[in-house]
Amino acid sequence: MDVILFLVFAIIAVVCAINVVVQTHPISSAVSLVGVMGSLAVLYLLLGAEFLAAAQVIVYAGAIMVLFVFVIMLLNAGAEAKKGRSFTAQLLGLPLLVAFLGLMAYFVQRLFPQSTLVHFGGFKGGGVAEIGHALFTTFLLPFEVTSILILIAILGAIVLARKEMD
Amino acid sequence: MDSFIVISLIKTAVVFAVLLTTLAYLQWVERKVIAHIQVRPGPYRVGWHGLLQPVADIIKLLTKEDLVPPYVNKPLYLLAPFLAMTMALLSIAVIPFGPQIQVAGYQTFMQLTDLNIGVLFVLAVSSMGVYGIALAGWSSNNKYSLLGGLRSSAQMISYELPMSLAIAAPLLISNTLSLRGLVEKQAGGIWNWNVLHGPFPQIVGFIIFLIAAFAETNRIPFDLPEAENELVAGYHTEYSSMKFASFFMSEYANMITVSCMATLLFLGGWVAPWPAQYGSSYVPAVIFALAGLVALYHGFHPARRRDGYTLPFFGVLFLIAAAVFLLPMVQSWLIPLFWFCAKTGGILFGFIWIRGTLPRFRYDQLMGFAWKFLFPVAMLNLLVTGFLVALRS
Repeated sequence: MDVILFLVFAIIAVVCAINVVVQTHPISSAVSLVGVMGSLAVLYLLLGAEFLAAAQVIVYAGAIMVLFVFVIMLLNAGAEAKKGRSFTAQLLGLPLLVAFLGLMAYFVQRLFPQSTLVHFGGFKGGGVAEIGHALFTTFLLPFEVTSILILIAILGAIVLARKEMD
Repeated sequence: MDSFIVISLIKTAVVFAVLLTTLAYLQWVERKVIAHIQVRPGPYRVGWHGLLQPVADIIKLLTKEDLVPPYVNKPLYLLAPFLAMTMALLSIAVIPFGPQIQVAGYQTFMQLTDLNIGVLFVLAVSSMGVYGIALAGWSSNNKYSLLGGLRSSAQMISYELPMSLAIAAPLLISNTLSLRGLVEKQAGGIWNWNVLHGPFPQIVGFIIFLIAAFAETNRIPFDLPEAENELVAGYHTEYSSMKFASFFMSEYANMITVSCMATLLFLGGWVAPWPAQYGSSYVPAVIFALAGLVALYHGFHPARRRDGYTLPFFGVLFLIAAAVFLLPMVQSWLIPLFWFCAKTGGILFGFIWIRGTLPRFRYDQLMGFAWKFLFPVAMLNLLVTGFLVALRS
């Protein structure tokens, strides 16, 4: 059951990810990206990381991608014209892709040689309490540094917007 | 295991039948209430007091020609109503309506499923619902639809922030994200409900949540996405037949969901306002009996001749309902259900009442209100609550 669900949603994620690149219209690409986020959330859920799954949907699919779609709609971006691929891209595209996938498979095999399949319900540390505890004890410094980074980004956005207004 | 599946299927069927009927009749209630606010009778012709009007509307919508206009982006145009509808109906799966009950020897909860992250699930599903509206507006290839979709996505992103912050404060007090756990923490009486319970009564949070809920469901005074005097019908201008109906139904389903969430988070869910040993379990019976007696009295002193037949009939009906609430074998689940429906219904009535009385916001007022007033107040509410909860523990 776990394996079937994993395969179904992994395939949906990959197909949607390919669709993001293949589609010519930005809105279609954005909607496909939402599909990727959604299937990733299901994969997190299968691993037992329920908080991460919910956060993935709320933050990425529900907020960031809505903003993307909003901006695309606001700018009224049209479909892009398909250009012919350059000679080098045609020649090297597929071999490079295969080489990259092979490299990735090799590293995963080297890093985690004896991993067994994860079963649904096997991992218990994905709840809200566990994540909160980890964030405010073990990972306090990275968490706070990230917060400050985001704060700086917000301030930067306001400074840029004000400059535009004056 | 098998009985679990069978019970789950039965529960799903019952919940969805009730939900869809409520959706159809909520619209009748809304038309009736607004009509009476505006001193007119409202739907009156189809059935007794227009009671069959929803059925007539469903038949009309089903048999209308399903038109797909040319020049629309067809995949997204077809996806949008489906998305809006699915996301609107999905949240009901985690809403608990009552405590654990026993049906034919099986212990089961009056809830389809209890998630550890129930609150987050509802937030996630409702945040996905905006795609239905935004994509409908964009794919219709119509400037009014596009403006409606744009307004709606901006509005929903903005109001999601104060709403989430308002939700976070009662979660801090109750220390759980499971919707059933939230209600169990508020058991005992009205002084234990999050809206009044210390360390910091969530009365401000409750009001912020309600305001944001109006905006999230695109209801008056925040119904700019479908402002008819500016945008024809907004994002669903180009939709007809059942596709239009699914947008319509999703709006009402979202209303029911946010009312249920307000009840669960702030008003103690199915918990009675005071404990059963002080007689709270007789309240529904007394209310129905009083209604029955009033109807009987007016039936025997009829203002019009036909009232002499109809009012005694309804009086007897109400008295039977009152008697049902006194039966010990159904009391265990009927009385929690009564309180849950009463609270949710009260909030739904508030939605309709406000629609009947308030004008629409201007767009800049809407945005300014969310970012300059509602968001800071919700933040302050969360900070004070968090501080007091930390002090207590």
